Amino acid sequence: MNGSSSSSGDWHDRYYHVDQILDRPGPRTDPSFLAGDEVKDFLRNKCKILVIGAGGLGCEILANLALSGFKDIHVIDMDTIDISNLNRQFLFRQKDVGQPKAIVAAEFIMNRVPGVKVTPYYGKIQDKDDDYYLQFNLVICGLDSVEARRWINATLVNLVDPENPESLKPLIDGGTEGFKGQARVILPTVSSCYECSLDMLNKPTAFPICTIANTPRLPEHCIEWASVLEWPKVHGDKKLDTDDPEHIGWLYSMALARAKEFKIEGVTWSLTQGVVKNIIPAIASTNAIIAASCCNEAFKIATSSAAYLNNYFMLIGTDAVYSYTFEHERRAECPVCGGESLDITISKEWTVDRLIEMLVEKQDIQIKKPSLASGAKHIYFQAPPQLEEATRPNLEKKVSDLIPDGGEITVTASSLPFSLSLRINYS
Amino acid sequence: MIKIWSMKKNEDAAARRKPKTSAAQIRVQKDLTELDLPPTMKTHFPDPTDLLNFTLTITPDEGMYMGGAFVFSFAINNNYPHEPPKVKCTHTIYHPNVDLEGNVCLNILREDWKPVLNLNSVMVGLQYLFLEPNADDPLNKEAAEELRKNREQFLYNVKSAMRGGVIKGTHYDKVAVQ
Repeated sequence: MNGSSSSSGDWHDRYYHVDQILDRPGPRTDPSFLAGDEVKDFLRNKCKILVIGAGGLGCEILANLALSGFKDIHVIDMDTIDISNLNRQFLFRQKDVGQPKAIVAAEFIMNRVPGVKVTPYYGKIQDKDDDYYLQFNLVICGLDSVEARRWINATLVNLVDPENPESLKPLIDGGTEGFKGQARVILPTVSSCYECSLDMLNKPTAFPICTIANTPRLPEHCIEWASVLEWPKVHGDKKLDTDDPEHIGWLYSMALARAKEFKIEGVTWSLTQGVVKNIIPAIASTNAIIAASCCNEAFKIATSSAAYLNNYFMLIGTDAVYSYTFEHERRAECPVCGGESLDITISKEWTVDRLIEMLVEKQDIQIKKPSLASGAKHIYFQAPPQLEEATRPNLEKKVSDLIPDGGEITVTASSLPFSLSLRINYS
Repeated sequence: MIKIWSMKKNEDAAARRKPKTSAAQIRVQKDLTELDLPPTMKTHFPDPTDLLNFTLTITPDEGMYMGGAFVFSFAINNNYPHEPPKVKCTHTIYHPNVDLEGNVCLNILREDWKPVLNLNSVMVGLQYLFLEPNADDPLNKEAAEELRKNREQFLYNVKSAMRGGVIKGTHYDKVAVQ
């Protein structure tokens, strides 16, 4: 590092290499690209980016973003640092074990890269509301859970408000599993979302329960036997905590005894932990490649300096270095970004029954046996009998007593590919 | 920043925000309200506002388990349908594919689960276990062995277990309906 940092933390030629891209348009720059000071000002002073996850991918992503000129970075992670993270999560040191990942990562980046502000949040993404997510220009995910991805994806899709262009937040999702990885760009409601591609996921390995109960052949069968069958039998309702060494120790000794009985070799402590936590060994170089790809996309989207990924990049490094890029298409029946939506205007006097009659008769919808709900509130369910009975009194009620003006109703029916979203306005 | 909004301009102006319901919730609503169950199967919701936890009672009208009422608990999490529902038999029953803790050996509940399957397929699969108990995938080994070796004795054991009898030292719950 040369020279002293000015108030903004920049010194002469700090961004010499990055500026080669930002000072002049290239053959593939977007027509809206504003070469020079304007784009630099946006990247360095205005753009606010959120990084979700400060683990294997997150550490790489944070470093890449800070070094390419993003200066207002926020990071969320709910985990604390484990000693097994230190081989690849290079923002953490031995002294940090037990500390929150988001906080330690933020401090490390701010110490190392002058002028960059990293705001950590130690907690769950679900703790934050729409207003929180609305403040960012871009979101990058380096997560290891399907559930968290589905949540942030659905949240960003729901955030899109046709009245407000700023509400559309590009989501860049990175993921790795051993030597395999993917990076993708999701423009909520414009391009294929995470939920659209849910059927591409490998299903978690599961063994037939009768095999683990009777004819174990693999060390994994013995471990599954201990966790799926023996744990609830011995401990009743006590939940298995896969982060508790005592719990893992119990499973390990049970699995080991069973393996001995069936003359199976290979049950170890780390395999036990790996099987119950569904761990696939993390490879530092896969994380580095995927994080680089994600940050490259973030830079291109934030600056318009080059065409961004459309929209799915996959890396398979198991046998050689193979990659493939394709456009994953939106799914019309996607429960998050797909489905039909319809504005209808009805009289304040209409009953739920009248509304259902209209849905059934309306030529352009023709729904057979629609079931209606609004958020967690059940309005009318066609089945099962108990719920039909419980919701039947609502048929006589006025829609306006149940749904406010401009409120939404989710309609499901067997004749619909997934669901229909109705917005109710009163005349 | 790229101008993404311009890409949306061709879209229907009615495109809008959706209600705050999770994909799992809507999917469960769809699965449940489209259930088409025979009279031998009934669902019960202890809390009718909670669609994710309920029970299913199967009362087979033919086969060896005719005359019994078998209750299964369903617990669905927010990762449905990526993950299958968790299903357990709430009684101790004498069945080759159900163990004494209520674990059920049904392939689509574990290794063969796919998101295209739904609650209806799981329920039909469970009912099938009572029509065709399968000695090849045993969870209750003794019951499976009896079924394989001596069908008459097995049938006798089933009837006695359903009345709350004791078989080989194991006490079974009374599930016979009057």
